[in-house]
Amino acid sequence: MNKNKTTIALRDIANARSGDKGNRLNIALVCRDPAHYAAVAAQVTAQRVAAAFAARKPASVMRYDLPKLAAFNFVLDDVLEGGVNASLGLDGHGKSLSFLLLDTTLEIENDPLRPHGVAVK
Amino acid sequence: MARKVFIGAGAGFAGDRTDAAGPVVEALARCDGPRFLMFETLAERTLALAQLERRRDPDRGYNPALERFIAPILARCLEAGIKIVGNFGSANPHAVARRIAAIAREQGLKQPRIAIVEGDDLMGRMTQAELVARETGGALLAKAGEIISANLYLGARPIAQALDQGADIVVTGRVADSALALGPLMHAFGWRDDDWDRLAAGTLAGHLLECGAQVTGGYFADPGVKDVPNLAEVGYPIAEIDDDGGIVIGKPTGSGGRVDRQTVIEQLLYEIHDPAAYLAPDVVLDLTDVSVEEIAPDRVRVIGARGRPAPATLKATVCVDGGVLGEAEISYAGVNAAARAKLAADIVIERLRTRAPSLAVRVDAIGVVSVLGSAGAVPDIAASESSDIRLRFAAQAATQAEVEILLDEVEALYCAGPAGGAGVRRRVTPRLASASCLIERTFAAPGVVMLGAGA
Repeated sequence: MNKNKTTIALRDIANARSGDKGNRLNIALVCRDPAHYAAVAAQVTAQRVAAAFAARKPASVMRYDLPKLAAFNFVLDDVLEGGVNASLGLDGHGKSLSFLLLDTTLEIENDPLRPHGVAVK
Repeated sequence: MARKVFIGAGAGFAGDRTDAAGPVVEALARCDGPRFLMFETLAERTLALAQLERRRDPDRGYNPALERFIAPILARCLEAGIKIVGNFGSANPHAVARRIAAIAREQGLKQPRIAIVEGDDLMGRMTQAELVARETGGALLAKAGEIISANLYLGARPIAQALDQGADIVVTGRVADSALALGPLMHAFGWRDDDWDRLAAGTLAGHLLECGAQVTGGYFADPGVKDVPNLAEVGYPIAEIDDDGGIVIGKPTGSGGRVDRQTVIEQLLYEIHDPAAYLAPDVVLDLTDVSVEEIAPDRVRVIGARGRPAPATLKATVCVDGGVLGEAEISYAGVNAAARAKLAADIVIERLRTRAPSLAVRVDAIGVVSVLGSAGAVPDIAASESSDIRLRFAAQAATQAEVEILLDEVEALYCAGPAGGAGVRRRVTPRLASASCLIERTFAAPGVVMLGAGA
């Protein structure tokens, strides 16, 4: 691992909220600090989110970028087991699924705002 | 012409807190300008259930919580001149209007002017074949039996018309949730039907308000990560909107919750798909240029909504019979609980293989793997170290008799299953299936009727 980078979980730097429409799930992902937007944009790709939700067999995963809000909107099709009217599961709305996304890890540059240093001798 | 309009949210869904609106009304009463209180209480499923109820009793067909939402705030709203707009009309807006008039009488109030927005109900106006031909994203209706409900999402104009006609209270059935805010804004500011950016801003204001506390700290807290002060007494939102479509979101002074960039953006994107094209009946809302700014504690300014011409068609939700859901649970606790739970699940699945071979059964082990687990197979619980496992079995079928086969098998585990099976609960829930249709506007016939005006 790059010495200047730290591996963190998405939940350390971002918020997420799930919403549903039928069998379609959206997850809003919001960087708490807009400075992290670029790192999230580069690493939390639609492909990675599809992999995180592989058990739900998404038909498609779209990511929409909202740089002015330092936020992203992920739209996952056919991941709600038929949706709230058809799912046999306990969470047909997919309300808990934002926390699956927040488990994703990424690497960020060491926080420039935090005091840091290196040994020189 | 108004300079600033204030809209508070009294409820964000049918099961919302009935004491939430009180502090919002008190805060609105102190504001200077046109003031409105909106209630969004009509989920897809709620409306279909209400239709079934109305068939049994022509005076019913609405949320019985109506009384608990309205009774505590009606007098104060009328006295302070706060207009009430709600989709609590459900499947029977006329009955709701009569009920509100009766509440006013019971409380000794001067009769309010109550307007009813009609025209969302397509039953009797479109045939099943016409709806089948307009279903999008599936083919549920073609195979379905009788249609239970079919309702258009109406826009904001009829709400604005009702207010233009002097209504104190506007009762609607199905309208776009955001129209509950846009209608009052069109009325107060005189916005035109093709003033797309303003209509977009009003739609955005409605979108931020329509889920009540979800913009003020509800559905947000994650202790230690995202803390919310006094969530137990979370304040419901109040939006201040100016004639240029600038929005400030706040909440009653002294209430719990928080309003900041984080809570507002989470709600801004709630249930959004393409942020450049959020389809509403009155406008296509583009959120991509929206910005959010904290201007004071618990006050956030939202600007930059852009609008494009309204879609050619209106969305309708059509509900049909969805069979029944059967669920049964049983607990295994203490030493070797996981192995006993696994054996119990295997027994049920084995017996159903011959007794109800067509029944698709889902098994969850609550506390081990349930919500985030994958559906279908028996979960991998034997390796779990949990000593407190609640098995949950679920199946759906066309008739109650079919799912009862599963529920009976779970209950029989008491005597014939592994040791220590405990606490069986079983439940059968009728289900509705819903489809979306896109309907030409020629089928929409929105109208406004004043209660007591020959309606």
